[in-house]
Amino acid sequence: MNTAVDGLGVENVHVWRGDRHVLKGVSLTLRPRQLLHIRGPNGTGKTTLLRVVCGLLRPELGLVWWLGNSIASVRGEYQAALAYASHEPALKADLTALENLRFAVGLKRRVTADELRASLGRTGVAACADLPARVLSAGQRRRVAMARVLAMSASLWLLDEPFTNLDAAGTELVSGLLHEHVLRGGLALVVAHHDLKLDCDVRRLELNE
Amino acid sequence: MNVGAFEAFTLVVRRELCLSFRRPDQLLQPLVFFLIVTTLFPLGLSLQLSLLRDMAPGVLWVAALLSSLLSLDSLFKSDADDGTLEQLALCGQGLTVIVAAKTIAHWLVTGAALVLVSPVVGTALGIPGSAFATMMLSLGVGTLTLSWLGAIGAGLTVGLRRGNVLLSLIVLPLAMPLLIFGAGATDRAVSGVSPAGALYFLAALCVFTCTLAPFAATMALRITLE
Repeated sequence: MNTAVDGLGVENVHVWRGDRHVLKGVSLTLRPRQLLHIRGPNGTGKTTLLRVVCGLLRPELGLVWWLGNSIASVRGEYQAALAYASHEPALKADLTALENLRFAVGLKRRVTADELRASLGRTGVAACADLPARVLSAGQRRRVAMARVLAMSASLWLLDEPFTNLDAAGTELVSGLLHEHVLRGGLALVVAHHDLKLDCDVRRLELNE
Repeated sequence: MNVGAFEAFTLVVRRELCLSFRRPDQLLQPLVFFLIVTTLFPLGLSLQLSLLRDMAPGVLWVAALLSSLLSLDSLFKSDADDGTLEQLALCGQGLTVIVAAKTIAHWLVTGAALVLVSPVVGTALGIPGSAFATMMLSLGVGTLTLSWLGAIGAGLTVGLRRGNVLLSLIVLPLAMPLLIFGAGATDRAVSGVSPAGALYFLAALCVFTCTLAPFAATMALRITLE
């Protein structure tokens, strides 16, 4: 059993991509009210680590724990508790921002259109709710993706470069949302090149070649 | 406030239908392909009406198989390309529910649509009206089976850049029994013999794939997602 019974634990994870040994024994623990900021040069496996933590990628060696159980054994509960935002906004271009949220969040929990509009409002894209995602700018799409994370009301946030394409106000906004999430007892794993200056328990993990 | 599996299933079906109707060009492609290929035959064989009538069930079925295959390529690929497949895979519902919903939605916009236009094509090919019921039933069951087989192939080829040729190579050999029994059933109905035997075989194939293919397709997709 893992010691981090109340949170997330990654234990000695190794991943090979073909001949390349991408993750060489990464371990980390994350408890409620903590944020882990993962940094490192390009190509050091930050996204790979995040995909391993999500359960999208099974590591060749090592384990990921959630509340004391291996994530493979509690997959349904674990997925219900997490919100993942990949480095692409993952929006269907033909659907409106609101529909995108409805079809993604609606699979996790029952949600009303008003709630979804409210979370779009919180990320500052309420006016885009009924526009198809194809006409949104890259920054607006990023904000819609962040609204999706918010609307999922998950306890574990896994964010891959959430600050890309955002303007100064947007960066401020996402930092504020992270801060609030962590203070409310949430956990967050953030991959970012951007410096995170938050007034809460921020841990750092550097990945190197 | 958890979402049940059935609720999730219907939500994904609605999502797929919504996406299909936003793209009418892609929605109509298999149908138009089906109509054009089947009308080429009467034009080419216009002087031998009896020959056309003998070939009609086979022509109808080959055209239906190929036009269903046309759109299979994008079953998972468009979602994989824009990252929404990862979101679906992490929705907490299990990938099998998602795969099943996407496959059924694919059948609704291709297979079921082919069934609806098949009387028009049947008339053009000289199939008698008395055989329409069998023709539509066999096409419906057959295309549903094909959608399931195709889901396995689409799951395996989703990571490839030009996977559609490989997809056809994987799916078409598996679809041969469908062609044999489907065209066989229609052929019998045309000549006034009971098509029950061939229809039973077709139904058995459909039940077999409906029960096992969701899991096979999920496994295939999970491997390629990694």
